[in-house]
Amino acid sequence: MPRASCLNYEEVTANFTWSIAEKELHYKPGEPINIGWMCSDRICQMGNERKLALIWENFQGEHRQYTFDDLRLLSNTIAQFVCDLGIKPRERVCLFMDRIPELYIGFLGILKTGAVAQPLFSAFGDESLLVRLKDAGTAAIFTQKKHVHKIRKIRDQLPDLRHIIVVDAGDSPLQEREIAFHMDEARRVEDFVVFPTFAESPSVLHYTSGTTGQPKGAQHVHYSIISQYLTSKWVLDLQPNDIYWCNADPGWVTGTSYGIIGPWSNGATQVVLDSGFNAESWYHFIEKQRVTVWYSAPTAIRLLMKEGKEIVRRHDLSSLRHLASVGEPLNPEAVIWSQEAYGRPFHDTFWQTETGCIVITNLPGMPIKAGSMGKPFPGITATVLDLTTFEPINQTGIAGLIALRPGWPSQIRGYWNNEAGFNAKFKNGWYLCGDRASIDADGYYWFMGRDDDVINTGGHLVGPFEIESALLEHPAVHESAAVAKPDPVNMEVVKAFVTLKPGYTPSDELELEIMNRIRKKLSPLAMPQEIEFVDSLPKTRSGKIVRRVLRCKEFHEPVGDLSTIMDD
Amino acid sequence: MDEITQVVRDYVVREYIEEGDDRQITETTPLISGGIVDSFSMVSLKRFLERKYHIQIPDACATPDAFDTVKSIVELVRRFQNAPAASICPP
Repeated sequence: MPRASCLNYEEVTANFTWSIAEKELHYKPGEPINIGWMCSDRICQMGNERKLALIWENFQGEHRQYTFDDLRLLSNTIAQFVCDLGIKPRERVCLFMDRIPELYIGFLGILKTGAVAQPLFSAFGDESLLVRLKDAGTAAIFTQKKHVHKIRKIRDQLPDLRHIIVVDAGDSPLQEREIAFHMDEARRVEDFVVFPTFAESPSVLHYTSGTTGQPKGAQHVHYSIISQYLTSKWVLDLQPNDIYWCNADPGWVTGTSYGIIGPWSNGATQVVLDSGFNAESWYHFIEKQRVTVWYSAPTAIRLLMKEGKEIVRRHDLSSLRHLASVGEPLNPEAVIWSQEAYGRPFHDTFWQTETGCIVITNLPGMPIKAGSMGKPFPGITATVLDLTTFEPINQTGIAGLIALRPGWPSQIRGYWNNEAGFNAKFKNGWYLCGDRASIDADGYYWFMGRDDDVINTGGHLVGPFEIESALLEHPAVHESAAVAKPDPVNMEVVKAFVTLKPGYTPSDELELEIMNRIRKKLSPLAMPQEIEFVDSLPKTRSGKIVRRVLRCKEFHEPVGDLSTIMDD
Repeated sequence: MDEITQVVRDYVVREYIEEGDDRQITETTPLISGGIVDSFSMVSLKRFLERKYHIQIPDACATPDAFDTVKSIVELVRRFQNAPAASICPP
């Protein structure tokens, strides 16, 4: 197969089958398939055991690196450790760590045992953690000593959680159910019998937010690697000699699909910078590591734009060959700016936790229309549906619901413990993404916004229900509504509208106290960036809060039909 | 350690360092690049500074660099205490 940049979109789409990836991965339907093995042992068997798989640095300049043979041995070691703890196939094992090597390699190790990897964002507060661990019935959790106190706070509410594994415990005293494991110091396991998972065996459980209810556990299977491998190769244009940098945290789906599975199944070397945003250190990292393929996010790109082009000129970024972006729509200005600053445009990619892989995209070599999401990846049948009939819209330029015909390899197989929620994602045989777009005459998709109340902040989806529930736990809060508010960097941020209980009065101090409380209980992403104290909230006659009215106000959009709103 | 430095450092420790996290916060500990304060959390830190010191920090000045250490935050506060915002950060 030629390089992605040489592909003819129409030709490839017309002749496409996912068997292209199956053949390249030497997978035959019906045989065992295991992501952990595919990303480590298989690459070694191809003669790449000495090739670097992971180069890791943190903000302090600490450096660690691992070859594909290290990946194989260390994932074996972790797998053996997990098995020795008595963890059984299909049990959920959580990874709750910063972006350290143990997270990436532990992911493969867990999958090798047949257990399900459940990565969670390490900035989650104890309430966010509790909801997700409880729902999943998680049996074990890998964490760092800096995060273990959050688990200690909630472990009594988690009877299924048998083991808390601390990867950097050192001499720190451990408590009940806690055990130390130091990956780099453990005796390496040469031979581990990888559990024979099959195409439909569960692999990864990622939690994602919806409009109603608590976050839902999106269940992926080992067969997902088929689409993650091929989209990494064709969309990210990953070649065996690339140095690849994905900014995403594996606590979110981009960080696993394209921060672990995609690059390593392609045998690419990936670099990880465990650091917060800093333009100087990011550019220095690209220059030092000679990064060739960079997968970033619009929020990060806009932050880099704010830093200007002069700082770009101070660094040698000539190694960069291909740039892509994910998380939220990439605005045209960012595409144009990156062309001017880096000599290359960012290519927008659209997908979500439930799709498991990129589904609409600007393939390399395809003309980019700045601001467009691109076209469906070959093998993905996409359309936009009428908002009321749920039938495909055949006219160009008309807004509809982005919908995909089910059946691609990395589509989720369900939501954990939530069959009704999963079934609600389908209409007339289409999977509904929850976003609106239009299609132009050339078949390019143009993003228009969410179709629900979910807030897309910095590329992460935050559910209003979870925030509102946490707000109501504050003694001063009577009622609350969380909605999106436009933001120049993060696209959207959370804004909360709050009514207070008698005896409480609005103040800056109260606003700050509530903000910090949400940040600690849930996460910084969920923290309202603004709280507006109001006398009442718009409600239907049955008493349900109508977030739409508040959201429209923030976006200066027409509110629409208000006939069901209660008069105050 | 002067009063503003002490107040800012204490606030960072109280609000952003988790219980059981033994990292020491000095005047030069990287807060943003060190992952202690992220760009979302920066908003509540900015709000605290504005309220505590009766200043307004325009968004254009609330950059990751300006909030990266206790020292740089203190410098930012002092600049706004001594001059109107418009003269420090262009809109």
